[in-house]
Amino acid sequence: MLWIAWKMLVGNRVKYLGIVFGVVFAALLIAQQASIFCGLMSLTINQIRDVEGPGIWGMDKGVQYVDDIKPLADTELFRVKGVPGVEWAVRFYKGIARARLEEGTYEQMILLGLDDATLVGAPRQLFMGSIADLRKPDAVIIDDAGYRRIWPDEPFRIGRTFEMNDRRAVVVGLAKAGRTFTSFPIVYTRYSQAVLFAPPERRVLSFVLAEAAPGVAPEEVCRRIEERTGLQAVTRTQFLWKTIIYYMRKTGIPINFGITVLLGFFVGTAIAGQTFYLFTVENIRQYGALKAMGASNWTILTMVLAQGLQVGLVGYGVGVGLAAVFGWWVRGASRLAFFMPWEVLAITGAAVFVIVLVASLVSIRKVLVVEPAIVFRG
Amino acid sequence: MGAVTAATIPTTPPAADVAVHVRGVTKDFGSGGTTTRALRGVDLDVPYGELLMLVGPSGCGKTTLVSIIAGTLDPTEGDVVVLGEDLAAMPNGRKVRFRRDNVGFVFQAYNLLPALTAAENAAVPLIIAGWNRRRSVEAAADVLDQLGMGDRLDRLPSELSGGQQQRVAIARSLVHSPRLLICDEPTSALDAENGRITMDLIREVAVQPGRAVIVVTHDARVYSYADRIASMEDGRIEAVVAATRSAAAGAG
Ligand SMILES: Nc1ncnc2c1ncn2[C@@H]1O[C@H](COP(=O)(O)OP(=O)(O)OP(=O)(O)O)[C@@H](O)[C@H]1O
Ligand SMILES: [Mg+2]
Repeated sequence: MLWIAWKMLVGNRVKYLGIVFGVVFAALLIAQQASIFCGLMSLTINQIRDVEGPGIWGMDKGVQYVDDIKPLADTELFRVKGVPGVEWAVRFYKGIARARLEEGTYEQMILLGLDDATLVGAPRQLFMGSIADLRKPDAVIIDDAGYRRIWPDEPFRIGRTFEMNDRRAVVVGLAKAGRTFTSFPIVYTRYSQAVLFAPPERRVLSFVLAEAAPGVAPEEVCRRIEERTGLQAVTRTQFLWKTIIYYMRKTGIPINFGITVLLGFFVGTAIAGQTFYLFTVENIRQYGALKAMGASNWTILTMVLAQGLQVGLVGYGVGVGLAAVFGWWVRGASRLAFFMPWEVLAITGAAVFVIVLVASLVSIRKVLVVEPAIVFRG
Repeated sequence: MGAVTAATIPTTPPAADVAVHVRGVTKDFGSGGTTTRALRGVDLDVPYGELLMLVGPSGCGKTTLVSIIAGTLDPTEGDVVVLGEDLAAMPNGRKVRFRRDNVGFVFQAYNLLPALTAAENAAVPLIIAGWNRRRSVEAAADVLDQLGMGDRLDRLPSELSGGQQQRVAIARSLVHSPRLLICDEPTSALDAENGRITMDLIREVAVQPGRAVIVVTHDARVYSYADRIASMEDGRIEAVVAATRSAAAGAG
């Protein structure tokens, strides 16, 4: 019977395409918007993810997310180092600097100051130069996207200079860095150098990066740091989530995307449900005939559900495929953040399932109540 | 078969050679103050091996009566025993299986599935009965072949004439060898020629010793194909008469 259901469905080309269109519409919109949302969220945490190595971030009690800098006294580093269970701890500077380019124009930059001795937090991948070159005077490493932003259409070249806080900075390397929310260029330098590039402030230490001693849980070390220093200490993963949650809570981002996703869901349900219903009504005599000839209600039910499942699978495949193509396309343009983790696929799949279930249920009532005697009427 | 008028049939249990046994059947449509009484006490027997025609003016209750006999509609009152089974007492699920196994239908509007080929359409009762697709389509093709449709097995209904569609419908009604065949106005959508061909086929293929055929019709041109003709009027059977079957019609 299921192949009959399939043939009935596909045989009615216009209605079939209408139903599939509804599902594709919903799947595309949901997957695409959710992926952009995930992309934006990942932008907010790329700065944390790029700092590999230390498992613990120490910071001011009031800090709510990675861009929320509340400078500490330099002495906090030594207090953290003194906490039992801390294997090592280093300074990390993060701030916004204003750079004056050779041409006389100004650019905002994200300035990262790495511990002079260890360079913890240095970029993992360099296109040009080497990390060791950071030890040269005035040396900075800049990310490739930032380079292109400030010097568009110019070839990558080491040795270019600009000024921050009236001090000369020399580009010694080109790094790969995760994109950020602001997409300002990212400039890496030594901590001692960063302090000079930064706008003068009484306190400059942004974060203390630390690692738990072997055999001690990072969470436990965080707890001890908080207890002994009065700082806030979180694991890397906790900081990622803290940042994501901050953006979700304090910005309209989830609401905006949520509205679009819901819109896709409801419009898709309406189109698919409506067309499916019309399709069923159009075929109601055929269902009546099948019933007269001895098809049970259960058989009819599975036929309609199978039809729903079929359009669901096709619509899901096409919709998610289109969303992926879209993502691939904007990735080339690198304008829009797009990140499609499996969770997006699962959520979209669940939404599509609900849509086709609703669409089928609307029709199922119709076919279940149809009297087989309907077929005798001319 | 001799002519038996409704009035002379006594209210006794059905005889063994009676395929359809209807006693005192009434049917009301609607509820409350707006009920229509479509049947007002129908008595009817149809023996095996007979083609009974049900005739009468529009709205007199012919379709309602055959729907009840086929088990697609419940009577309001009365006894309906078909093929030895008491339909009035039968729960719905069993009635569905009863129809699947025992009843073939030919509808006025053909009611073929537009997306299926002729052979697939004719195979539907077997598929409902749980046969696999290949075997049932093969069996249906055999029946279509007998009906002179062997060269149109893969056509869609939209590619067939009305008479050809009705032949597919007849193949469908017989493919599972039902013991009761119900035809409601099988010729009224057809021209005289196709009407005659259709009735020839029904007469020739469907009328068998172990099977009863009921044909509802308005079409006086086909009366000659009946063994007996039951005339209905206003929800009752007025008379049942033996038909004077012409030799031409009987030969098909
Ligand atoms: N489902 C229904 N609901 C309400 N009334 C109905 C229904 N089906 C039939 N009737 C009524 O029952 C009466 C008998 O109808 P039926 O269809 O049995 O007549 P018929 O003899 O088959 O007529 P026709 O020759 O026009 O097909 C009519 O008055 C009709 O309006
Ligand atoms: Mg009728």
